[in-house]
Amino acid sequence: MTSPEPDALQGVRVRPYMVTGGRTRSAVELPLEAIIRVTPEGQKAVGTLNLEPRQIVDICHQPLSIAEISAHLRLHLQVSKVLVGDLVHAGYLATHTATAESADRPDLQLLERVLDGLQSL
Amino acid sequence: MACNPSEVDDMSANPIPVKIVVAGGFAVGKTTFVTAISDIDPLTTEAAMTKVSEGVDDWGDATGKKSTTVAMDFGRVGLSPELVLYLFGTPGQDRFHFMWDELVRGAIGACVLVDTGRIDQCFPAIDYMENAGVPFIVAINAFDGMLRHHPEDVREALDLPRHIPVVVTDARHRAAVRDTLVALVRHAMTMAQSTG
Ligand SMILES: Nc1nc2c(ncn2[C@@H]2O[C@H](COP(=O)(O)OP(=O)(O)O)[C@@H](O)[C@H]2O)c(=O)[nH]1
Ligand SMILES: [Mg+2]
Repeated sequence: MTSPEPDALQGVRVRPYMVTGGRTRSAVELPLEAIIRVTPEGQKAVGTLNLEPRQIVDICHQPLSIAEISAHLRLHLQVSKVLVGDLVHAGYLATHTATAESADRPDLQLLERVLDGLQSL
Repeated sequence: MACNPSEVDDMSANPIPVKIVVAGGFAVGKTTFVTAISDIDPLTTEAAMTKVSEGVDDWGDATGKKSTTVAMDFGRVGLSPELVLYLFGTPGQDRFHFMWDELVRGAIGACVLVDTGRIDQCFPAIDYMENAGVPFIVAINAFDGMLRHHPEDVREALDLPRHIPVVVTDARHRAAVRDTLVALVRHAMTMAQSTG
């Protein structure tokens, strides 16, 4: 794995439409429903981050999906995915969710749990 | 809210996400359906049209002013402390199918909503789900409780195979929406069992 483009997270303040350094992909490709949370490293580093990554780290003190991060911060979905991927790669955010490529349909065991959950609503 | 490092270190507190896609024609009740069961007011996320397949950076302005964007609304349903269900309404037009690919990847399946007054509007969604191999059910949104067509007539009109469930729902009512989701999950379980 290569390290994330440093410009996207730290250093020079970039213009809003350049928040990802023009990249459409990140080292870590996550699905839009991936649930993200800040790590202790992320909490320590938050003051050094650019505006958008900092906002992401700040709202991820509670578990949020990438889709929710995108909606709350009014960032395009793809921009959110790249920034979250970079932050996960940097160790500032963490997720349990499998990467986008390996996302299979839920197995029977998980479907059973979903069914139980829905029926208890 | 205080949040000490040992707390955030405990990644087991991150729930598992699952998702269901709510598809169908324009104004068939997708947003209403999601709203009826979501724990939160539905949120909207904007995606830019990209030429992803070619890897071309074509986002235009990230504020969305110059590029074509598509807005998707979605809701969130906490099923247990460890499990969160996201419901995504599909953006309507065919040219937004690039977004559908992402929405259906890893999804439990799709509920295709049908307004029996305009049955043909759901054809693109059904074609898409069939071709993509996504487990789906057809849910007739009975506007004002009026069922203008019997579910079996709808099945015939849509030329649906027998194994695809056709249910009647009411997008405004939480219990009806929950039952529709239950029907989809059961169908997805049947599909998962039959394909091994
Ligand atoms: N009377 C009635 N109106 C409905 C029902 N479902 C949706 N609507 C209305 O139909 C319109 C379109 O619904 P919406 O959920 O926005 O459709 P979408 O375009 O598929 O997201 C809204 O004005 C809804 O209030 C229904 O079951 N009965
Ligand atoms: Mg809508």
